[in-house]
Amino acid sequence: MNRSVKIFAVAALATATSLSAQNVPQIQFNAVDALSGFPETIHLGEVAGVARNSRNEIYVYTRTGDPTMSLGTSRYMSHFGSRIFKFDARGRFEREIGQQIYGAQFAQQVRIDRNDHVWVVDRMSGQVIRFDQQGRIVMVLSRKPEAMGGAVAAPPRGGGGGGAQAGRGGDAGRGGGGGGGGAAAGGRGGAPAMPEGESFNSPVDVVWDAQGNIFVADGLARTRIAKYDPEGRFVTNYAAPGAANIYGMQIDAQGNLYVADYGNQRILVVNSTNGQLIREIRGVGSPMAICVSPPPNQFLYVSNSNPPDNLEVGGEIYKVRLDGTIVGRFGTVGKRIGQFGTVNAIDCRVENDLLVGEIGNWRVQRVTLRSE
Amino acid sequence: MTRRSKWTFALFAMVAVGWAGQLQAQSRATATNVPEIPIRAVEGFFKLPEGYYFGEGIGIATNSQGHIFVYHRSGDTRLFEFDADGNFIRELGVGLYGFEMAHKVRVDREDNIWVVDEGANMVIKMNPEGRVTMVIGRRPEPVPPGQNTAVPPTDNTGPNHKYLLARPTDVTWDQQGNIFISDGYFNHRVVKYSPDGIYMGQVGSGQNGNGPDQFSTPHTIASDRQGRIYVGDRGNARVKVYDSNLNLITMYTNVGNPWEICVSGGDHQYLFVSNSNPDSNPAASWNQTGEIYKMELDGTILGRFGEAGKNPGQFQTVHGLDCRNPDELYTSEISAWRAQKILVGPRAVSEQ
Repeated sequence: MNRSVKIFAVAALATATSLSAQNVPQIQFNAVDALSGFPETIHLGEVAGVARNSRNEIYVYTRTGDPTMSLGTSRYMSHFGSRIFKFDARGRFEREIGQQIYGAQFAQQVRIDRNDHVWVVDRMSGQVIRFDQQGRIVMVLSRKPEAMGGAVAAPPRGGGGGGAQAGRGGDAGRGGGGGGGGAAAGGRGGAPAMPEGESFNSPVDVVWDAQGNIFVADGLARTRIAKYDPEGRFVTNYAAPGAANIYGMQIDAQGNLYVADYGNQRILVVNSTNGQLIREIRGVGSPMAICVSPPPNQFLYVSNSNPPDNLEVGGEIYKVRLDGTIVGRFGTVGKRIGQFGTVNAIDCRVENDLLVGEIGNWRVQRVTLRSE
Repeated sequence: MTRRSKWTFALFAMVAVGWAGQLQAQSRATATNVPEIPIRAVEGFFKLPEGYYFGEGIGIATNSQGHIFVYHRSGDTRLFEFDADGNFIRELGVGLYGFEMAHKVRVDREDNIWVVDEGANMVIKMNPEGRVTMVIGRRPEPVPPGQNTAVPPTDNTGPNHKYLLARPTDVTWDQQGNIFISDGYFNHRVVKYSPDGIYMGQVGSGQNGNGPDQFSTPHTIASDRQGRIYVGDRGNARVKVYDSNLNLITMYTNVGNPWEICVSGGDHQYLFVSNSNPDSNPAASWNQTGEIYKMELDGTILGRFGEAGKNPGQFQTVHGLDCRNPDELYTSEISAWRAQKILVGPRAVSEQ
């Protein structure tokens, strides 16, 4: 009760902010195609994620090839669909990691932690997979459903429990959440309850606090922020109040989470220790890709990405102070270099020197902002 | 306005006469007394390395160097490049996100390679090195947002969608580089984009129909140096000619169901139209379809060649046709899993 009143007050304030966004200063910038040196048989598809490590080496998680369905006894199994490529600091192709792994199907994001471990988030396998610096898998969160829905008749969502997700029931006990994904999803037939433990529904992003706790934004439709300790043990869920279609999440040096609530055209700022909503940031369109630059002077970069099927709205990227003050904006929607097509990833390890990954244009651009 | 009503009237007449033919998937061409043009296939022209095979030969195109690109349906959809002597050079686009169900390959004036994929619902522009430089349309996501289980696809695009295609079939360009896409099996329209891929307009009602500005599966598209756009309106057994603003100029209705059309290079441009035999090879279809017509751009028929059949020099559902050199064609065929080099006219005889 108390909380909903608070949210309403913030929302009223935010309307003014979004109106004033019309007068946001334009930031001058330069853009180039960031990646090169591809072997003849390696291509980028939709670039879902791009991230740099401490040596400025670049990882890209891209939708490529095709997810293949094969038939089991009354079930469809799926394989492949996305790949992880590594490039050197100049953007030259270096190698692939995670070849043929079980969970790389529909790339959603890649992030790199302070140990230079590479974490990929996959929306079809519903998994978060962590690689060490050598590209070996050291942690897996959640489990890929054994079978996909496909033409096999699936029970109605939210009714009867489990159904299409029955293959993942064994997971939940390990996470300490109890109950299992299937049971948690049962009930009234309305919005399914948040599952505890792992059992991601549609994960979109992963970040870590200073203690190494893991936060997964799980993500589209059934929105929650799931918290795990550094060993991957489930701690708790935070509801993202009223959120619709979270597409990204970041964290600042104070431990505040920035949750891109695409569906509500706002960024939720959430305290990562207690899950309380601190404030909203509006005036940045529908936030899709989101990045917080490193301390001491942290900035938030956020893309008002156009929907993939529409080149007449959005496209620009905002540079924002953590308090929500908009510094400026740059870019427009389109297919040329210097234009953006459904940006799904921004790497901002270096302030004003960004890597921008696009779903619409199958590429990564290096964007250099002229500093004021 | 007056032009439109004139066409409407003409169409009523045409539809009335041609109705019986319309009902069949594939019809005998109505043109009669067409001279036969001699042809000869260059046997063994395409030399595939061990372990490489053609699948359904869906698209074929040459670049300015005479290199030949074959886009075909194999285990995966694949794009092969050959030199002008038919030697295999390389495979392009291995594992590409947009390769799913091949439908066409074309090469533009700058030797960019464009593929049209009816499974991924995309038109993909590659530079001459085979790297992707632009995409139009978007492959449907394998799982909907909010789920991690696949669901059967639905036709969620619709004919008024500017940036989603639904089983597109072919692509061509005018002299300014504007892009024309025949979109295709569901939307029954032709869409025009700027050279940068920005939507500029379309023709076609979105309904399968035979009105003046309707299509019934626009299956193939080509352009001449005057900027005229030729659309193979397969289901309606007609080739429609538009200006580059998508105003209808004329129609050619006597050469069967155009599965594939091609406008040649050279000083004098010709139009080739393939009344391909149906891919299911129904009984008697070989007797009335399978031939290709050579025409002037104004629709005058110069002759016909080829016949349905499985031997070299015969055709099994021609789906790709390259006519950069009108005397030296390349064909690719669905049902025969092959590509052929076809010498046409005097050369077929003199080089016997």
